[in-house]
Amino acid sequence: MLIGTNYQRLDGRAKVTGAARYVDDLPQPEGCLFGLTLRSPHPHARIDAIRRDPGYDWQGITVVTAEDIPGENVVALMTDDQPVLAAGLTRHVTEPIALVAAPTRQRAAEALKHIHVDYTPLPALLDFEIAQDHEIKIYGEDNVFARAATLRGDPDALLRDAELVIEGIYRVGHQEQLYIEPQGLIALPREDGGLTILGSMQCPYYIHKALKRVLGGVDFNVRQTTTGGAFGGKEDYPSIMGAHVALLALKAKAPVKMIYARDEDLIATTKRHPAVIRVRAAVDPKSAKLLAVESQMIFDGGAYNTLSPVVNSRGVLHGAGPYVCEHVRVTGVMVASHTPPNGAFRGFGAPQSQFAMERHMDRIARHLEMDPAELRRINYYRPGDLTPTGQRLDDPAAEEVFERARAWVEAARRAPAPVEEAPGGRGRDLARGVAFVMGFHGAGFTGNGESGLAAKVDVSLEGDRVLIHTASIDMGQGIDTVFPAIVAETLDYPLDKVSCAPHDTATVPNSGPTAASRSVMVVGGVSQKGARQLREALRAALGAGPEATFAELVAARSPEAPPLRVRAQYDDDGAIWDAARYWGDAYPTYAWTAVAVELDVDRDTGEVIYRRLFQATDVGKAMNKVIVEGQLEGGAVQALGYATLEEVVIDARGAMKNNRLTDYIIPTTMDTPELETAIVEYPFAGGPYGAKGIGELPHDVPAAAVAAAIEDAVGVVLDQLPMTPQRVLAALMMQEEEA
Amino acid sequence: MSITFTLNGEARAVEAAPMDRLLDVLRGPLGLTGAKEGCGEGECGACAVEIDGRVVNSCLIPVFQVEGATIRTIEGVAGERLTRLQEAFLAHGAVQCGACTPALVLGCEALLAEEGQISRAGVREALAGHLCRCTGYQKIIDAVMDAAEDKR
Ligand code: FES
Ligand code: FES
Repeated sequence: MLIGTNYQRLDGRAKVTGAARYVDDLPQPEGCLFGLTLRSPHPHARIDAIRRDPGYDWQGITVVTAEDIPGENVVALMTDDQPVLAAGLTRHVTEPIALVAAPTRQRAAEALKHIHVDYTPLPALLDFEIAQDHEIKIYGEDNVFARAATLRGDPDALLRDAELVIEGIYRVGHQEQLYIEPQGLIALPREDGGLTILGSMQCPYYIHKALKRVLGGVDFNVRQTTTGGAFGGKEDYPSIMGAHVALLALKAKAPVKMIYARDEDLIATTKRHPAVIRVRAAVDPKSAKLLAVESQMIFDGGAYNTLSPVVNSRGVLHGAGPYVCEHVRVTGVMVASHTPPNGAFRGFGAPQSQFAMERHMDRIARHLEMDPAELRRINYYRPGDLTPTGQRLDDPAAEEVFERARAWVEAARRAPAPVEEAPGGRGRDLARGVAFVMGFHGAGFTGNGESGLAAKVDVSLEGDRVLIHTASIDMGQGIDTVFPAIVAETLDYPLDKVSCAPHDTATVPNSGPTAASRSVMVVGGVSQKGARQLREALRAALGAGPEATFAELVAARSPEAPPLRVRAQYDDDGAIWDAARYWGDAYPTYAWTAVAVELDVDRDTGEVIYRRLFQATDVGKAMNKVIVEGQLEGGAVQALGYATLEEVVIDARGAMKNNRLTDYIIPTTMDTPELETAIVEYPFAGGPYGAKGIGELPHDVPAAAVAAAIEDAVGVVLDQLPMTPQRVLAALMMQEEEA
Repeated sequence: MSITFTLNGEARAVEAAPMDRLLDVLRGPLGLTGAKEGCGEGECGACAVEIDGRVVNSCLIPVFQVEGATIRTIEGVAGERLTRLQEAFLAHGAVQCGACTPALVLGCEALLAEEGQISRAGVREALAGHLCRCTGYQKIIDAVMDAAEDKR
């Protein structure tokens, strides 16, 4: 039995020895040029002219503007609003205007300074909260990229008539994915006149789809190199960067490499969407049951749509949290602003909306003067309960994760983590707090999205090796290990004879994007199906009976036989989803969590010092306990950064002001608590061996747990992220004044 | 100018401008790409190498400064077999995307080579200069503590 044990990562050895090659580590192709991007300094401006300095020596330098695009000037993803290079108008600061390629980075940087752009600045709309229906138009008539709404029952009547209605407003800011390997891609001219795009990415077929439109008839393939983290940040952005390297390479007729320096990566690439969320709840004061919930969220999409409608949708579908209520309305509006586009980041709208709902549960408990845990116990989903979209949930997982976290918190109150052992604690006026919250996350694409995507996977036998061909990318989360384990287990075949083939659109079918916590649950399942098909095909080819094992079949086959390859496809899962009404099976399944945080608040500085974080999380079935824990731990720590450290400061032009690692602070070992993780397993029949998707869930609610623990420690209520020392201190001072 | 130093146990000479960053010289002409550029300003630790026994960020070191020095990079850590720490990294799941890993391994090896006891808090302090965005650090610290079994 392999599944559920702790077999080691197949790429681990290369990574601990430094042998693994990331895009910037590949041997420089002959004649490779370095590409750089000229970006808009204005949030909104007409581009009157792009001029090259006639006195500069342009020998050996390639310049690309919108005019050089052989196909369409569009980054195709959901809508066609974003150009590859701004033409005539720029809609956000840092928008790409022109590209240069030169033999060295230094020369390219120098050349960039000799391209002059004449702009006529136009009035800019930077504040998304007032952008809807504003007279300055960014997108359509109303500056709205997308709306989504769910309605169950009749919340209006209850919110109007109920004895107790509680209202709160919650705000969350941007967050940067901060993969340690910056964005990087290379375009390599092929001998047949086509191009190969290779580098760091999450979704090869997204790039493929986008570049097809840009490059006209040029044939090309997209290949992943070892990817140093992504977290959603390499989901949509590489499409635009891929177009850039491709255009430069086509014009220069030479390989072109682009590696963003960190400051450029921070200022120019997508972030988590800021949001403001208003929640109202009607509560029965006696039973503490939620009678009606209404959540209204507004998200800042930035200047272009990217995949923001899906973020909006996911935000809405998680907006009421893991609590049952018969009368619910959740609405989301994704609006445009003249700021750099926001995009995918682990959780995809759910961390924003669940922060609001979890904070709101604490607000209700405060109002009722009851234990917030008890309020949650009364309201969390029981088997058979319906979600706001009418989906019936049958997992008893909410109860189990709740009980585990509650027991942990009680133990932590009895035996607090000692201060001496944890860093940074002595001689300060510290107040201890401990609290927990709950969360859930729908895994996979929304509604019948998975049936629509119909993920395809090839599995082949080459000699005695089994190869899995998918477009699903290992960006650190372990797919290139877990898929082979699923296949090895299915075939009862040694793991060291199974591996993932290179992820190259020239050779792998489209298994869909590496996103939405879908890879193991959905694509892993299709890989398993492919493995079974391969065994059957082999059996048929050899005329063997049903009793022969896969290993016996391989042994019986001639070693010189050509590769045997089968294609498996995702079966329609029968999800019933009415996209117009937002009604039905919103996700194939949900995974559940309860997260507890123990921390100290420094009363003098407002600093939050983490002591311990505990999470009890239902993962369906862990394919590998160590890898799953790694996902849960890493996600939780990223969420602690979101909670108190990571603030994207925006300047008057809508640009990130603190675009350096000195100023944008992510958790280090010193900011991070000891992490305790309890894996809970309620198998999902639709996933391989019962697996549920859990890549995003750990980022959903730790920030709310931190807010609750701060409240427990010092009694101040914080409803805005990030809870920086300044914000905590301001709240403490206000509390003092009131007292 | 020509700069000479000992690199992973071998005497090396390299042609470079004095202010070239050691990181670029290692990754470029010397072909050692284990050290990565994560920030270029001394904040992430992904470019760390050992110079005369001290772990430093090679993105901040002008190459003229290493004239005559002894340098060790991740490529010089393992021989035929992985070190005990590298094995512990694998066993504990301290590696995910791996972008931080080579420099972290080097940093942890240097820590293990120091005299005296090791505690979890001490490991946290010693590794504060290495950012990892994937793991949450728990398993990295577990791995170091495991490899330091006889020093706890
Ligand atoms: S690249 Fe040197 S510290 Fe980040
Ligand atoms: S493993 Fe990805 S940054 Fe550390």
